[in-house]
Amino acid sequence: MNPIFNQGTSPAQRLTLVLACSIALIFFDHKMASFETARGYLQSLVSPLQYMANAPQQMMTWASENLVTRQQLMKENTSFRENELFFHEQSMQLSIIRQENERLRSLLSSPVRGENKKMFAEILSVDSDPYSHQVVINRGANDGVYEGQPVLDEKGIVGQILHVGVSSSRVILISDISHAIPVRIQRNGLRLIASGSGQIDRLIHNFVAHSADVKKGDLLVTSGLGGKYPEGYPVSRITSVRTDESREFATILSQPEAQINRLRYVLLLSKEKAFNPALLNKTKSKKGVKL
Amino acid sequence: MFSNNGFVISLTLLIALMASITPMPLNVDAFRPDWVLIVLVYWCLALPNKVNVITAWVMGFILDVLLGSVLGVHACAMALSIYIVVVNFQKIRNFSVWQQALIIGVLSAQYHLIVFWLQRFLSDAVFLSNYLYPVITSIVLWPWVFLLLRRVRRHFHIK
Repeated sequence: MNPIFNQGTSPAQRLTLVLACSIALIFFDHKMASFETARGYLQSLVSPLQYMANAPQQMMTWASENLVTRQQLMKENTSFRENELFFHEQSMQLSIIRQENERLRSLLSSPVRGENKKMFAEILSVDSDPYSHQVVINRGANDGVYEGQPVLDEKGIVGQILHVGVSSSRVILISDISHAIPVRIQRNGLRLIASGSGQIDRLIHNFVAHSADVKKGDLLVTSGLGGKYPEGYPVSRITSVRTDESREFATILSQPEAQINRLRYVLLLSKEKAFNPALLNKTKSKKGVKL
Repeated sequence: MFSNNGFVISLTLLIALMASITPMPLNVDAFRPDWVLIVLVYWCLALPNKVNVITAWVMGFILDVLLGSVLGVHACAMALSIYIVVVNFQKIRNFSVWQQALIIGVLSAQYHLIVFWLQRFLSDAVFLSNYLYPVITSIVLWPWVFLLLRRVRRHFHIK
């Protein structure tokens, strides 16, 4: 039965209640960051929705992957085979160089860089919210994902893990307005900070002196400072350098190397070292000598 | 609320939530209409005793979690927009569908501006005109959603 006269609380009362709730939530979430653990649970709660929302797209990709001609497959196969040969040759070279590098580093008594453990993940959904650049991936706490874990694609750094759910987690992209990453120029080792601009194809470098040696086309790689991102992965390429002497600092912009707007698969790097028997033997023998 | 009627309403809201997070190509994504807002406005006009400001706030909160924004931002904007509908539902009901569509445009613009103001207050966001593109698509979408949901409501005898 529909009551003719409004009973109970009026809309205005409800609105005040709800607005008070929102202000409290915004304050506690943004200023105090007291919802970090609750966010994890909420993320796991809504992850079925995200999997469901992703289903149509997955069906489309499944269909397009299954409906290819034999000729196309054969063509792809030959190109993969060529690539494999090429990469194999490179990896042979690389393993020799790595061993040499490790030996040299141990001679210099600097810590040997082991290989990081890696994990493969698929993008579940991309946010439609223009104010935050985030994506959701299909790995969570069950797979050993942790907060702050670096994420990259085949071209370069994509971002880092923001919230971890049980079976999915959220990645903040380097182009997000609240994100910044320490980098250095590969050519001359000059250190910069790449801050997100809120636009997907642009990073901003603040506080760079006019005299700094920065050129258009320079590749920026992670510097490893700050301890979040491992050293030496490509981040972005300088697109414009403007030195307007009336301003205090140069205006420098760069474009991310990773294809942030067409991500599908990403790689998570973890702090744990992958098991490396050669390295283990070496450290053991070293200990033996010392004893 | 837990009867058949409530179930259908929540189902439409759930579909709207899913439509607002499905992955899309980047240049289409800017034009994504405010599905949740439109569906909420319809139910508010049709059944103001069932769907109210609190429902809107809850949906906004879920949207916050799904979009990863600061909790409470979308919830606040959604509640304020729906409040206007709830207070004026008897007037808006009597308008023609195209006039209603214009009101949806105003509501959608207000929703996006509130979200922008809060984001600006929290994180120095810069205003880009494409933040208001969803207003256009929402206006175009309203008559179709209205007709569809009216059919749903009559088919399931939701009162």
